Amino acid sequence: MSRESLRQFDVVVVGGGPAGIAAAVRAAQTGMSVGIVDDNPSLGGQIWRGANRDQPAAARQWLQLLQSAQVTTHCGMRVFHQPEPGILLAEGADDVREFRYKKLILATGARERFLPFPGWTLPNVMGAGGLQAMVKSGLPVSGMRVVVAGSGPLLLAVASYLRKHGSIIPVVCEQASWASLLRFSASLMAQPSKLAQAVALKKELAGIPFATSAWPLAAHGSQVLESVTISRRGKTETIACDYLACGFHLVPNTELAQLLGCQLSDGLVQVDEFQQTSVEGVFCAGEPTGIGGVEKSLAEGEIAGLTAANRRQEATRLFTARAKARRFARNLDRAYSLCPELKSVPAPDTLVCRCEDVSYSRTKEHSSWRSAKLHTRCGMGPCQGRVCGPATEFLFQWKPDSVRPPVLPVRVGSLAESVSQPAHGSLAVQGDHQ
Amino acid sequence: MPEPLILKVNGAELSVLQGTTVAVALTIARQACRISVSTQPRGPLCGMGICFECRATINGKRHRRSCQIPCEAGMDVSTDE
Repeated sequence: MSRESLRQFDVVVVGGGPAGIAAAVRAAQTGMSVGIVDDNPSLGGQIWRGANRDQPAAARQWLQLLQSAQVTTHCGMRVFHQPEPGILLAEGADDVREFRYKKLILATGARERFLPFPGWTLPNVMGAGGLQAMVKSGLPVSGMRVVVAGSGPLLLAVASYLRKHGSIIPVVCEQASWASLLRFSASLMAQPSKLAQAVALKKELAGIPFATSAWPLAAHGSQVLESVTISRRGKTETIACDYLACGFHLVPNTELAQLLGCQLSDGLVQVDEFQQTSVEGVFCAGEPTGIGGVEKSLAEGEIAGLTAANRRQEATRLFTARAKARRFARNLDRAYSLCPELKSVPAPDTLVCRCEDVSYSRTKEHSSWRSAKLHTRCGMGPCQGRVCGPATEFLFQWKPDSVRPPVLPVRVGSLAESVSQPAHGSLAVQGDHQ
Repeated sequence: MPEPLILKVNGAELSVLQGTTVAVALTIARQACRISVSTQPRGPLCGMGICFECRATINGKRHRRSCQIPCEAGMDVSTDE
């Protein structure tokens, strides 16, 4: 590896969303050298994606702080391996870079949970956040009919965003029950800022039908999506549409934390009160410690950044804000827990694993994730189970396996560079892609 | 307002605005990003580089996640994988 490809920092932050930005800013403000590594083409994470116009004030403020704090940013770089503690390897479009750190902060965010239903592999069936990301990346949706479905507060935010961009929203289908959402709204009373957000959103959504206990039963179309059949409190209805934006709340990205040996419990990265994981010097902030949104991510990021810079006293000042944000996270989790009826939505020939095209009936024969992987290649494709893993966890209560490097498919050349390092762990080439 | 740029999608010229990702260009051009192992057409799902459904050949490099790559003038994108 060439000298230019080597980078050394006091603190390396993986992930440039709210948690990563807050962590980097707080660490850099104390004089530490800080580098952010992010897979996306620009900073902001999914929620502040394409940080430019129509951004919330918080996003603008934090990005400004980041600029003046002299943080080095490396976008379009995905971390795939840690050959030894203190060194991470990341792959870009044309190169591999080495990042050396004294302290590491993982702020790897979350992804949408996708659940299989007949026709969900048709083009123009996307995640809810997925379609929003596409619109933020230039997709025109003016005049398009978009059914929004799945679960979680993201659905309403996406519906409102799409309507602002000219889409017609025939319906928003939320799988959670009305009763469950009412309890959640009641819990918001204790948090005026969240309540104000909810009220503002309700106003924006005026006129869009919002169905609870509702979910997609099937998407139809020959080459591309044409319509979707939904179940709405037990009744079915078919709606013509151009896009189906469907995601069932979020699942944390914990693969890198697992690779580094950080302890997980119930699928979440375990941290102490200063956001340190079970691995000394490795911190974790934001969604991987529990899905909770921007406020939680910012508070945890700040605490991690300050602690990594040995400012524990200052970090403790954020404990109250974090506690409040975590209460919200717990309520969120309860309100949007998945209803068991969703398990009977896939048909025998519905694909569960989209990379390897493994059907529901073939996966169902197995008793564990490992057995399904070995016999059907379910979860063995390029996404490495990031889509079908959370789906099978819900459908069959399977627990995912341990994580091995590389955590994502990389070019053979990148692997070759990583093993030509002076010190390295054992590296298995997974799958036959790329 | 971003400037328009022209790229090639499966041989045909397409004009998009600066900042548009390749996955979006393919969706605008109504081209499936890839054909699955059981020959189904596939398009973007997650929009954030996780699902690998949007991979396409960009400037001769195969298996690129098109949702993570902004379009560039003169770029050559093909979905013949």
